[in-house]
Amino acid sequence: MSEPVAEELLDVTITVNGVPHHARVPARRLLSDFLRHDLGLTGTHVGCEHGVCGACTVLVDDEPMRSCLMFAVTAQAHRITTVEGLGTIDAMRPVQRAFTECHGLQCGFCTPGFVTTITAYLEENPDPTAEEAREAISGNLCRCTGYQNIVKSVLRAAELRRKEANDQ
Amino acid sequence: MKPAPFVHHAPRSVDEAVAVLGEVGHDGKVLAGGQSLVPILNMRLASPGHLVDINQVAGLDTVVVDDATVRVGALVRHTGLERHEGAYAALPLLRQALAHVAHPVIRNRGTTVGSIAHADAAGEMPTILAMCDGVVEAVGPAGPREIPWADFFLGPLETSLAEDELATGVRFPRFARGTGTAFLERARRHGDYALAGVGAAVTVTGGVVSGVRLGFVSVTDVPSVLDLTDAYAGQEPSAVDWASSADAVADAVSPEDDIHATAAYRRMLAVELARLALTEAAGRAA
Ligand SMILES: Cc1cc2nc3c(=O)[nH]c(=O)nc-3n(C[C@H](O)[C@H](O)[C@H](O)COP(=O)(O)OP(=O)(O)OC[C@H]3O[C@@H](n4cnc5c(N)ncnc54)[C@H](O)[C@@H]3O)c2cc1C
Ligand code: FES
Ligand code: FES
Repeated sequence: MSEPVAEELLDVTITVNGVPHHARVPARRLLSDFLRHDLGLTGTHVGCEHGVCGACTVLVDDEPMRSCLMFAVTAQAHRITTVEGLGTIDAMRPVQRAFTECHGLQCGFCTPGFVTTITAYLEENPDPTAEEAREAISGNLCRCTGYQNIVKSVLRAAELRRKEANDQ
Repeated sequence: MKPAPFVHHAPRSVDEAVAVLGEVGHDGKVLAGGQSLVPILNMRLASPGHLVDINQVAGLDTVVVDDATVRVGALVRHTGLERHEGAYAALPLLRQALAHVAHPVIRNRGTTVGSIAHADAAGEMPTILAMCDGVVEAVGPAGPREIPWADFFLGPLETSLAEDELATGVRFPRFARGTGTAFLERARRHGDYALAGVGAAVTVTGGVVSGVRLGFVSVTDVPSVLDLTDAYAGQEPSAVDWASSADAVADAVSPEDDIHATAAYRRMLAVELARLALTEAAGRAA
């Protein structure tokens, strides 16, 4: 094994939820840790740090990706959206409303990853079947709900989105 | 579980990337989609001192389809290739297999060339490259070279790519006219690495079988192709009992026991999936 290299600090600028943020971070800073530790955006959760659980999923140029498998320095080239950028408690978006209505969460640890994944999924497939909804969430783990209510939440969110579109 | 410190390099061109790889030598690693490399770094199974991040390198993100091949650049994400209609029309096997590579969220970031360079025996795309008789395009200090798949894969996670070489793309040759393909696998959970996976390509010319190829995932050390053309050539595809491939398939695979399944179960799966995949492929051939 070669000698450990000295820690290198880099100035990065990353646009998160529409706002550019500057920070000086080590090259090895994961995007997930950048969001949580450097920006204090603790909505993005970290479960496994090897891509399996999905809790850390954020939108990178509107596409869901694992923030634990991307370095902050690489993320500079992209627009990042976290769960905080997808609605607030006072102004919940359809996916968040659906999760509250359908009891799609218990402890909530997995929820941010589901909300980001499902938000992106419904953009592309606005009217999924129950089977497609199940497939859409198959890359996210939940230890509490047993998934049934999460599948319901996907279908309800699709319904709420359509309603919203019709009302406009 | 965080990576050890490293120096980050962000070359803008292939030449620049190759120059950096040459400078850092054994202590450097290429970072593409990071969907295999970053977990390895996070778990500290490896701690290279230098990462050569190729995500800003220009010109590597295209899929080019011509009469003979589908060429995939090193920054084409699995999702980009999966959705490419031209690539699907030319070589449906690509999309058939990509649907089994991890989950969509992983495919959004991971690259097809990266998974071939990673050479995991449980990866789908190395096997697809082999089934198509594909070639890896690489650039090193001495210039570009082409590496046929059989010379590329040396062992599990081991390739003939030198440490100062960058894989810039891969070429998947298209199958002969009249070829039908299928790809099937079984995993413990949807999106997990396969317990066993099988790709099949059956070519029919003038109403009779003229080519039969199988490729295996998770049941051989390196991607390998089983060519059964001699056993079936000249037969009418609808009259073939594909279960007769069982002995040849059982001999061709060398699965191992692990926490997910026994070797015997994997061998049985490979045999059964081969029968199903051949039947499906033959049904699509014309
Ligand atoms: C939860 C999870 C499940 C997965 N399931 C599957 C699965 O079922 N099937 C499957 O096939 N894969 C699976 N993967 C891996 C995924 O397909 C990766 O995308 C792929 O293996 C590597 O591609 P990458 O671009 O992410 O490469 P990286 O992780 O960036 O690199 C992988 C290795 O290849 C080298 N490398 C990459 N690109 C080049 C290049 N252009 N030139 C030279 N060397 C290069 C790197 O140095 C590194 O050693 C899974 C990953 C995760 C996190
Ligand atoms: S923390 Fe990123 S996938 Fe589990
Ligand atoms: S609600 Fe607890 S892990 Fe999903």
